[in-house]
Amino acid sequence: MAVKKNAPIVPNFGDDEESGRKLAIICSKGNLDMAYPGLILANAALGEGVETHLFFTFWGFDMIAKKRMNDLKFSPTGNTAMHMPIGDIRVPQALAPVPGMQAVATKMLKKQIADLGVPEVPDFLEQIVGAGGHLWACRMSADMNKYTEADLRDDVEGIISASDFIELTAGAQLLFI
Amino acid sequence: MPVTTLLDREIHVDDEGFLTVYDEWDEALGAELANQIGIEMTDEHWSLIRFLREDFKEKGETATTRRVQSAGGVPTKRQFELFPKKPAKKMAYIAGLPKPHGCV
Repeated sequence: MAVKKNAPIVPNFGDDEESGRKLAIICSKGNLDMAYPGLILANAALGEGVETHLFFTFWGFDMIAKKRMNDLKFSPTGNTAMHMPIGDIRVPQALAPVPGMQAVATKMLKKQIADLGVPEVPDFLEQIVGAGGHLWACRMSADMNKYTEADLRDDVEGIISASDFIELTAGAQLLFI
Repeated sequence: MPVTTLLDREIHVDDEGFLTVYDEWDEALGAELANQIGIEMTDEHWSLIRFLREDFKEKGETATTRRVQSAGGVPTKRQFELFPKKPAKKMAYIAGLPKPHGCV
């Protein structure tokens, strides 16, 4: 690379290039643990100046439903990778469905996430919108739940069909979670 | 480690140009770094940069946008307005700190 003599080394933040990079994330899960991957990636993409759209569908709809978004749960049931917080001890699957286990596991996960300074789901979505992210709700999920826009976060930009979303995200990289 | 010259001073930087020596920075240099990346500094910009400097001294790592919101009290949205497109990296650069390592 030809460097002008005495030109200072300055990072290239890509401000002059119109990258046109776009990311579409389909959030289809409503478990507490599966809500986070999409949010973390959306937040990271926005921090890199990437236009980002999130589409909430099926169980992922709970993340934007006013009555449900504060109450996502985590269950070790069916999750063979669930370890105790200390050491590498797995939670035996026979114990996973025991009453109270889900509440304990949810509380534990929330604490671990909070300890890292990562916000709860509703706060995180607010941060994403603040950073310029776009939230969209799935038409079919709204119909199945008998929900209207009034039941959803105010910053959801609209209830749209699958084809609307595909049209909206033309040329985007897509993640299904 | 590359050395570059700004304001007639020799500054240690990484391959991208982020400063690597905390004490080589002062506000005059910060203003020049901002100038290099086209940011016009206001008091509001400076208060964020000062927060980042103090927080790094205390924590040993560069604050992420989330931390600038939760501990520094400036909403992410405002950070994007002040340092467009890539606020975390731009704030770190002007503050003479490494890029933040945290995911959120």
